[in-house]
Amino acid sequence: MSELQALYQEVLLDHYRSPRNQGPLESATGRAEGHNPLCGDRIAVAVEVAGERLNRVTFEGGGCAISTASASLMTEAVNGRTVAEVEALFAEFRKAVTGAPGAEIEPLGKLAVLCGVKDFPMRVKCATLAWHTLLAALAGGGKVSTE
Amino acid sequence: MFAPFKPLDVERLRGDFPILARRIGEHPLCYLDNAATTQKPRPVLAAMQQFYEESYGSVARGVHQLSAEATGRYEAARAGVARFLGAASPDEIVFVRGTTEAVNLVAWSFARPRLDPGDEILVTELEHHSNLVPWQLVCEDRGAHLAVVPVDDRGEVDPEEFSRRLGPRTKLAAFAHVSNALGTVLPVVELIRRAHEAGVPVLVDGAQAVPHLPVDVGALGCDFYAFSGHKVYGPTGIGALYGRRELLAAMPPWQGGGGMIRSVDFERTTYDDPPRRFEAGTPAAAEAIGLAAALDYVGAIGWPAIERHERDLVDAAVAGLESIAGLRLVGRPRERAGVVSFVLGDIHAHDVGTVLDHFGVAVRAGHHCAQPLMRRFGVPATVRASFALYNTHDEVAALLGAIAGAQGIFGRSRRSGRSGR
Repeated sequence: MSELQALYQEVLLDHYRSPRNQGPLESATGRAEGHNPLCGDRIAVAVEVAGERLNRVTFEGGGCAISTASASLMTEAVNGRTVAEVEALFAEFRKAVTGAPGAEIEPLGKLAVLCGVKDFPMRVKCATLAWHTLLAALAGGGKVSTE
Repeated sequence: MFAPFKPLDVERLRGDFPILARRIGEHPLCYLDNAATTQKPRPVLAAMQQFYEESYGSVARGVHQLSAEATGRYEAARAGVARFLGAASPDEIVFVRGTTEAVNLVAWSFARPRLDPGDEILVTELEHHSNLVPWQLVCEDRGAHLAVVPVDDRGEVDPEEFSRRLGPRTKLAAFAHVSNALGTVLPVVELIRRAHEAGVPVLVDGAQAVPHLPVDVGALGCDFYAFSGHKVYGPTGIGALYGRRELLAAMPPWQGGGGMIRSVDFERTTYDDPPRRFEAGTPAAAEAIGLAAALDYVGAIGWPAIERHERDLVDAAVAGLESIAGLRLVGRPRERAGVVSFVLGDIHAHDVGTVLDHFGVAVRAGHHCAQPLMRRFGVPATVRASFALYNTHDEVAALLGAIAGAQGIFGRSRRSGRSGR
């Protein structure tokens, strides 16, 4: 499989074409907006938190296949997890997409389809935009930028 | 009598650009990002190296031999730029870091003192951010604001629309000669004439024009003309501002420092004449010499051959792109130079750019520092292929082939439909 095919896998393209959990969230307890000034992509993430646990996450906006699919996959991956678990998962995810030493695929589950990004350093910000925005929403909202 | 037309010997010229022999992965480099920056021919690199190896010294600051030689070379470079642009005198050429710095210089030194609250600077909808933000900064400072001439669906600027927005509060008009995002050649002669009839001075952003067509500031009649060296086969960090002599003479300095003064004491400093008044600090002499070498290189090839070749390439690219189902050209200007912009179905420009790069095709994918224009055409970003004198028809074919590759990759999921969650 070429690097390119590894990047644009079926699962990723499916989440790009048919994003999950895309739309507003009436019951949101926190929201944030993320912006990648390099490409102009904008994303908004809304969270519904009860206690320490994420009941529901949705996103609006998006852009390229990587950023949209990453947001979609993220909303599935973090559902029902505690905030601490989400932070730990993002740490693992970031290691994987940047090709950092010690990156492990196993804890990532379906998010592993984004590992191909590690061979495309210009696209890492596309893959992490939704996550930065999610963490901002959990931290009380506001705006984040990948720059 | 017409001079016999000699077509460009592209293969021989490509030999002058060492980087064009590179491979990207398993593919030969197909460099179509020339509107961002161009590659450098050996004569430019050689001129800079020779200067450093044989004549390098401080410009206009020493009495020793090297300083004299360096000063001579630097001023000869200025004269070369003046000739290239058709300026009446080298004194009308200010060396700057690039178009951005040139626009900022005019904004702060020329426009700002003329702006009162409620005044306007007239721009167009297709401007690069570097021909918007500097004006916004001085407008903010003075309580003035921008007036904007819209572009039509072709991506053209209608002189009538331009005239409608020239008013008693218009203190300056600033517009591109060629659009960096669409390739539109603006009717600059007409726009300048209309501005001057209204008593409004004009700055032309020539960053995308100077690499593609002959520019004669005398014939244009503009008050300021700015361009960047790196987009016309010269080095980074150097560009030029042409300014009409009497305007430059009346402008206060922009940056203070060494080299731009006549005498300094703590009570009062008197400034040197233009252009040195606007060149504080040790100048980028090697870069200026490299720029002059680049302009000589272009001049030796000659405009008719360059224009013919680039027009053939752009026409072939437009025709090829138009034949691709699902591809939409963004901007259909009737006069186009060097640039073709498009979107490919619902595939985001950045994804197209990544796939094209995999095939060795370097293009720009993004908003091209023209976000208002992107909004005008309802797209977040486009893919932009931009051409230079060294590009070939094989490279146009490589571009079209790589686009088919992108459609292949993104077509898969559509055929297979939505898989299970």
